[in-house]
Order: sequence, then structure tokens, then C-alpha cells
Amino acid sequence: MSNDPHEQHRLFEYAEPVFPQRVKGPFRSLKWWLMGLMLLVYYITPWIRWDRGASLPDQAVLIDLANARFYFFWIEIWPHEFYFIAGLLIMAGLGLFLFTSALGRVWCGYACPQTVWTDLFILVERWIEGDRNARIRLLRAPWSFDKWRKRITKWVIWFLIGVATGGAWVFYFADAPTLMVELFTGQAAFVAYATIVVMAVITFVFGGFMREQICTYMCPWPRIQAAMMDEHSLTVSYREWRGEPRGKPGKAEGDCIDCMACVNVCPQGIDIREGQQVECITCALCIDACDAMMEKIGKPRGLIDYVALVDAEAEAKGGKHMSVWKHILRPRNLVYVVLWALIGVAMLVMLFVRSDFGVSVRPDRNPRFVTLSSGDIRNTYDLRLSNQTGETRVFHLSVKADDPLRLDLQGQSDLNIEVPANKTIHKRVYLLAKPDYSAAHSASTPVRFWIEDVETHDKTNVDTIFAGDAE
Amino acid sequence: MKKKQKKSEVDYPTTGHEWDGIREYDKPMPRWWLNTLYMCIVWAIGYTIAYPAWPLINGATPGLLGWSSRADVAAEIAKVNEQNAEISAKLLATPMAEIGSDAELANFAKAGGAAVFRTYCAQCHGEGADGGGQGTGYPSLQDDDWLWGGESDTIHTTITHGIRYESDDDTRFSEMPKFGEILEEEEITSIANFVRSLSNLEHDAALAETGKELFADNCAACHGDTGTGDREQGAPNLTDAIWLYGKDLDTITKTITYARFGVMPAWTGRISDAQIKQVAFYVHELGGGE
Repeated sequence: MSNDPHEQHRLFEYAEPVFPQRVKGPFRSLKWWLMGLMLLVYYITPWIRWDRGASLPDQAVLIDLANARFYFFWIEIWPHEFYFIAGLLIMAGLGLFLFTSALGRVWCGYACPQTVWTDLFILVERWIEGDRNARIRLLRAPWSFDKWRKRITKWVIWFLIGVATGGAWVFYFADAPTLMVELFTGQAAFVAYATIVVMAVITFVFGGFMREQICTYMCPWPRIQAAMMDEHSLTVSYREWRGEPRGKPGKAEGDCIDCMACVNVCPQGIDIREGQQVECITCALCIDACDAMMEKIGKPRGLIDYVALVDAEAEAKGGKHMSVWKHILRPRNLVYVVLWALIGVAMLVMLFVRSDFGVSVRPDRNPRFVTLSSGDIRNTYDLRLSNQTGETRVFHLSVKADDPLRLDLQGQSDLNIEVPANKTIHKRVYLLAKPDYSAAHSASTPVRFWIEDVETHDKTNVDTIFAGDAE
Repeated sequence: MKKKQKKSEVDYPTTGHEWDGIREYDKPMPRWWLNTLYMCIVWAIGYTIAYPAWPLINGATPGLLGWSSRADVAAEIAKVNEQNAEISAKLLATPMAEIGSDAELANFAKAGGAAVFRTYCAQCHGEGADGGGQGTGYPSLQDDDWLWGGESDTIHTTITHGIRYESDDDTRFSEMPKFGEILEEEEITSIANFVRSLSNLEHDAALAETGKELFADNCAACHGDTGTGDREQGAPNLTDAIWLYGKDLDTITKTITYARFGVMPAWTGRISDAQIKQVAFYVHELGGGE
């Protein structure tokens, strides 16, 4: 090679086509079950009903963007409670840290939608075009009627899966049965159709053609995970000390017979025997492939296995590997679990103690006070009352302060406020201090508003101040 | 297929950069990535043809689609006006006093009125509608003291025709004489002391006693025998706690000597009739409306 690093510079690298071979084994079975479960959850969830009373939607999981509400079974989240969502995201983040630290890229290998849908697409591909060798032959074959037929059938099924994927997605944002009818009668909103088309195209291209390119080049997670794993993380590895030197049975010392089974089944198109690589999503299919082969030739299983780096080094020196639980229950992981649980418990507590009505009282600061003709000092407050239940409620407003301040509501003679179900209303509230009250002449006097549900007598208070004419 | 070579054995060139012994590979991009770049370039060229892009001396190339952000805004405004056409018509047909009893209409009037107020009224009356505090010469619209009346209809008339706005024939007009040209300085001081006594402010009792008679002769015609003012003439109430120009003796003396003539423009013709109704309702609902 020349010393000039740019001499051999190529502008691009061809993507080498990958033809993952069919494989059987415990990890493959586990992945089928997980895939089925996750797809089931994805498609069924929007159809679950949950009765919330007449004025609220009866969909168990609904992101109601138009009305800014998020429904999740018995939980209803308003925009001002977005910290619940933030908390869930933090928990999801910590969960990923935990799983990565303990089991490496287990998310990538088992649960990532890119993996799940690619798996599904490869299943369709294999069903129509045959297994690895048949697919390689088909790729090389000239464009005959048969090749067109197979290709087009495959693409159509892929695209239909894509449409179903986007189709299920939109049901999370609107009442599913209503939207279903609207979609087929052409009455649904443009954005619903647009979402389905965009999702269908993305699913089609990502699952059908991009596949491992997404993981290798587009996704940031592999790089982030590389920084999160340590020598105790269990990850898919090749026991080099046992397998090398590889060769035909009887002719080489190592256990690896170089049958390429691990390479042939790999959806990422890599060779696990080269060690940990950024491309590897740890789907463990090579473990299944290798174990089957080892059994056939009468060698112990586990030439490719979930191994931690410290164990790999210990074994290579003839030592013993640690117990799996010792890896998993190490302090770092326990800290993640504790943090995760603390946030979870805190959110649950907040969820159960939160009030089902929201109150905010904002003193008007321009002007801070108004002098009336009688010399009274008046303060104005912007009151917002949210009724987070499905029924109309009436709240009584009162005030507590050292002076007997007069409380008035703009445009009404009483102090009861009716708030319709699931609504927030604004009211202009006045407090008046007579000229001889101390509040009328001090810059700031604390006052406390009490808001009480007239039926249930649930009440809450808000502390604010009364501004007087201090000059 | 080409012979598989172990990837780590491929001798990729490096960029020549090195940090702590870590060198950076100069690996080729995947082909689809490069194609994405080319597609973006094609897209960008198409975009500059379709949309306004290239700067010229007067503006930019208009673009084949003829799109402009101003046209977008105009369309948005037209759309909102169209959406509000019905409720605007309803607002115009509803008498001022009845707007409050229709929640939807009241909401529309209040929201629109707030916007109108901030655009056209806040310059003098202040963002908070309190005239910037007492003594500024700009009336507070939050309090319960009104020169020309605080019913929603009266407020509507005031906004429509303005105050001492000469180009409007129906404008509200009144003129206090400059008493500096009529009375002696001491007499004016006496009246000022009497005026302060009306609202129990500190004053010289002897002067106020003299001022009382002078007040009855010179001021009571407009301000009333007891100094409570007359809204028909826009004569302020002198007995309350609210002072448009200030309550200290100097200011009151100045007011009597030179007189004050606040002016407000007539808004009819400048903003739409519906907007006048909106802002009148908004002002009425600020807390002092009658």
C-alpha cells in the first residue's frame, strides 16, 4: 500500500446482498414468539375498549392530539402533566442502559422494530423465493417471467404489510372503529392517509431493502451501546480459543469446521468469528446454527455463545467462567434497577395522589393594582380551573387572608364556578381591600385561594399575593 | 462472489489524523448514502427553480410555482375572516348590552377585543389598560370611574367617535375654561384647596372656605354643586379617589389655571365596526364596566 492515504480512496462501497439462511433452535423459537407477541400488542392495542363515561373516548390507549389528551387505560394525561411522559421516557432510557449493560445489544437483536419487521419480511421472502441458495440463484438468474412473478408477489406482500403497519399506527391517534370505517369509505382525514402511505413506504424500504444498512449506518444506537457495554456484559461471541485453528474435521485442531453456517444465517452479513463488531445486533441466530452443527459432529455446544469478555479471557487461559448471575447482578446493573424502580414508584405515587382537578391562579401584574373611586384597592387574578373527570363539576371559590378582602368573579354575583367535563375554564377574579386595610398599603400581602368541589368537598388551595399601593 | 477477506485485514487508508494513538479510517460510504447526497442536490436545484431562491437586485427569483410567504399570510387571514364571518355578523347584529349573555359571542368579542386593544389602544392606555397609573393623563379603563360613562353602549360611542377629535362631527366635546385668564392666582389656590377638601385630602381650611364660594360660582355648572361631576359633559367627579392628572395642590392649581384637553381619535373608519364592538366589550369587561 502506498503511503498516501487517499490514493486508493473509493467514493462508495457496494452493499453486499445478504441472504440469511433458515435456522432452527431455541433462540430462533424465542424470537418467533417475541415477534408474534410484539406484533400482536402493536395491532391489538388500539382496539381495546375502556369505558370512561359518556363524554370521553372509550379507547384504552389513545393519543388525542386535537384535544391534547393522552389516555392509557385508567390514566388520563393532560399537557401540563407531561412530566409523566418524560418520566416514562427516562425509565425507558434506564431500561435500555440496564439491558445493554447486562445483555449487550439485546434490544437490537430481539425487540427493535427494524429487527422484528425485517424478520417478518425475510419470512415472506423465504416463503416465496425459497431459502438462501434458491434466493442467490434467483438473484443471478436473468429476468424471466418466473423471476418477475416471484419478485412482484414478494413486493406486493411487503407493501401490504407496510400498509398494515401504517394502518395500525394511525389507530393510536383516533377512535379505531370509526377511523377504520372512514378509511375504507374515503372519509378519513388527509393526514391519516398520508401517514399510512409514508409509514408503508418506510416499512417497505427499510424492511425489504435497507435492512442491515439501517443498523450499520443510520442508527446511532450501536455506537451509543458500544460505550455502555463493559467486560461483564453478556454478548454473542465465538470461543476462539476452542475453535481455532479451524478446518475440516480431523484435519484441524480446533472445533470450528469452517462450515460457514454462522455466516449464512446472519441477517447482518458478518462473520461472528471475527469478534465483536459494530454490525452485530446479537440476534443469536449464529448460536442456533453452530449448536446444531456441533451436535451433528458430536462436539459440545457453545462454540458460539453468550459470553462476557472477562470469561472469554479466563477460558482462553484455561480458567473457569463466572456464573451468569454474577455478571447480571453486578453493582452497576443493580444501580440501574434501583434508579429505574425509584422513578417508577415516584410516578405511581404521583399518579395516585394527583388531584382530578387542576387550579392555577396568576395575579395580574400589569397593573399590579387598581385604585377604585372609593379608594378601594383592587387586584385581578387569572384563574384557570381544569376538570379532569368525565362529569360536570361545580367549584366554590373562597379566599383566606388577614384582612377580610372581598372576592368577586367577573360577570357573576356568586362564587360558584361550573366547569364542564374534561375542560379548562378561565375566570377573572377580583380581590378588593378597603383603604383602611393594611393589605391596601403594603406592597405584598400573602393570600390563599381555596377551591372546593361543592359535592365531594375535595379541596385544594393556591397561595399568591395581594399587591397594595405602598407609596 | 469475490473472495471473502477478513474485514479487519483490509488495509483501509486513514485520514491521517491521530488522537492518543487512535487513528480515523477513511472508509467509503455505502452507495445508497452517496446516491442520497446526489438526490438531495437534484432536489435542491429543483427547489430553487420551483420556489423563490436566487437573490436579485430587487428581491429574488419568484420561482415557477409562484409561491410567496406574503400570499400565504394573506390566504391565512382571508381564511380566518371567512371562518369568523358568521360570528362577526352576529356580533354586529347584537346590541352591546346583550353580548355578555351569549357565551360564544362574549368569548369571540373578548379575544378579538384584547388583540385590538393591544394594537391600537395600548400606546396611550397602557398594555394593562390602567393608563400607566394615576396622574398620567391617560384614563385607567380598569377602575370604576368614567368621564363619559361606563355602560357598554357609552364606551362603544366613545370609541367610535373619539374625544375632542375635531374631524368627527359626533365626537365627544367639552372645554374647561383656562381660569388663569379669568381668576386671580389666590382665587385659584383657594379653589384648589376646596377641591382637595372634597375628597378629604389635606388642605388649608380657611382657603377652602373661600374656595367653596368661588367653586359654586365658577365650577359647579359643570362639576356639580357637590363636585361629583357630570358625565353628559365629561366633567370629572372631583370627590373620588381617582385623579387623571394628579391630586397634589400644584397639579390641581395648574389644571385650573390652564385647563386640560385630552384627545382620543375616533376609531370609526380606522378599524372595522366589528372590531370597535369587540374592543368596547373587552374594555367593559376589564372590571369597571357598569
